[in-house]
Amino acid sequence: MIELLNITKIYKTVSVETKALKNVSFNVKDGEFIAIMGPSGSGKSTLMHILGCLDVPTSGKYLLDGRDVSQLFDDELAEVRKNKIGFVFQSFNLLPRATVIRNVVLPLVYSNVPKIEREKRAKEALFNAGLEESHFNHLSNQLSGGQMQRVAIARALVNNPFLILADEPTGNLDSKTGEIVLEAFQKLNFKQKRTVIIITHEFYVAEHARRIIHIRDGSIIKDEINHHQRIIKL
Amino acid sequence: MKLSDLLRETYSAISMNKVRSGLTILGIVIGIGSVVAMISIGQGAQGEIEANIESIGSNLIMIMPGMQAGVGTQVRSGWGAAQTLTQEDAEAILENISLVAAVSPEISKRYQVTAKGTNTNTSVIGVTSSYPAVKNRELEIGSFISDQQLKNLSKVAVLGPTTRDDLFGEGVYPLGQKIRINKVDFIVIGVVKSKGGTGFGSQDDMIFIPLSTAQRFLSGDKYVTTINAQIKDQNLMTLAQQQITFLLLERHNIFDPQMADFSILNQSDIVEAASSVTNTFTILLAAIAGISLIVGGIGIMNMMLTTVTERTREIGLRKSVGAKNKDISSQFLTEAIILTFIGGVIGVILGWLISFVMTKFFDITTVISVFSILLAFSVSAAIGIIFGYYPAHRASLLNPIEALRYE
Repeated sequence: MIELLNITKIYKTVSVETKALKNVSFNVKDGEFIAIMGPSGSGKSTLMHILGCLDVPTSGKYLLDGRDVSQLFDDELAEVRKNKIGFVFQSFNLLPRATVIRNVVLPLVYSNVPKIEREKRAKEALFNAGLEESHFNHLSNQLSGGQMQRVAIARALVNNPFLILADEPTGNLDSKTGEIVLEAFQKLNFKQKRTVIIITHEFYVAEHARRIIHIRDGSIIKDEINHHQRIIKL
Repeated sequence: MKLSDLLRETYSAISMNKVRSGLTILGIVIGIGSVVAMISIGQGAQGEIEANIESIGSNLIMIMPGMQAGVGTQVRSGWGAAQTLTQEDAEAILENISLVAAVSPEISKRYQVTAKGTNTNTSVIGVTSSYPAVKNRELEIGSFISDQQLKNLSKVAVLGPTTRDDLFGEGVYPLGQKIRINKVDFIVIGVVKSKGGTGFGSQDDMIFIPLSTAQRFLSGDKYVTTINAQIKDQNLMTLAQQQITFLLLERHNIFDPQMADFSILNQSDIVEAASSVTNTFTILLAAIAGISLIVGGIGIMNMMLTTVTERTREIGLRKSVGAKNKDISSQFLTEAIILTFIGGVIGVILGWLISFVMTKFFDITTVISVFSILLAFSVSAAIGIIFGYYPAHRASLLNPIEALRYE
């Protein structure tokens, strides 16, 4: 369960004060598949940073799995990210010239998981993310965009997180590869009941989620169940 | 983060950019290598000078004629220039001072020496039979001057190996040959072993004759130029020096020690003085080499700063998957330390090679001590920490959001 209560985020520079988020409140139940949608400058990236514990709100409460994480310090936030959150980024952010396996085990390195256990979990995660086993020992920069993003999804899965957070995961992909990636998220949601939040500005991407939160100018303007969820079957 | 993971990350980071890592390591290699080589040369020189001084005998006190430098006295006549010491002084020292094990008075002067058409200019030293024991000399062939020959004013000579080669050429049997010193004929009865040695003049280019013969036929007086006294115990050198001073003052009827007509040189003083000179020399050499080590350290820092900037996104990613500030800073710090450590190892080998080449081809004595190697390692580790700390600290403080956005 995730609860956001009156989340406000203010960025201050010397002269200007920008309110990126204004009193945002919503709940996420375990196993939901949500798209947060809005144009650029709407505050969706700020919201993603707060949801992902990369940043803390100026005011308001954020309960993640029952714990208030809105006032934590850097290293405490890192600990929360390590155990509860898996990120998928628009530009994949894989370690270049490192093997697929090494990329996927990275979060486990910081959790002091024994080496044999790491590899086992990495392979499991890669399997769940839909990457063929023949690619496991390839270098990450030898893969196609779709394959790279599936490696990134596997990396997000490997620490068995409470929440998977994807920031424009199809932004760098053509529509066909984009569908492959979205299918991977849907499978994780349907089969493993994982909580997935996708941040996007494209309605086409948001359509694949079960619930869509529209955000504009730092406020939620619509929070709806998507009765026409587009299901991908490849 | 486990140490093994840290090392694996470091390995892949260093091998990611081999040329840059290699050049950075080269900077440290040159720095450490030159420090090790310079210290080895300095310590080699120190060792050689000390060995030279030791080779003239052990526990020696040398008494020479001439004024001791006193308060307000700027002028000091050279050793041996004055004629104040006699053989009787030497005998009195041996008789009256129980700390003295043996004395060896000598008179030395350079003469032109001829033998069968060849000639050389060398020191001719009048000595007694106690000379080999006191001055630590051994015979190669023949025998040394005996008490009997001393008493008889025999015209016999013992040659240094260099002098023998100069006069007769190598491979000629010298015993029984005649040499002529200052128009007096001498018969060669022995050759001493080579001592090698440089620095204080060669100890191999000299001729020994009986002291009495030298006084009678060469100098024509009863004075000696040096009295060597061997002391029984190394710890009592200073006491013996005082006792000899008082004895000689008394014998020469001098009441003010400032006015003494002789000077006394203690062997350990010479060693100490020489050591302090070579120490300064070693420190100077090492300091000059140390400058290149600092330059190498700046190279490390430069590379690490570039690496941190280049890998900003990677740092952002690592933080987003749960790396703490400490994990990031230790990763980059380890990288810097490993770079300098590799440089340190290769540098020690290089320094060893340089000093080996110096010894082999330039005949310069070198000593590689455990101390200099430990010093090199600790300095290189320290450089890694000092010059790696700032870039690592900077990396750890990067904001993950901005780092992930970095292009």
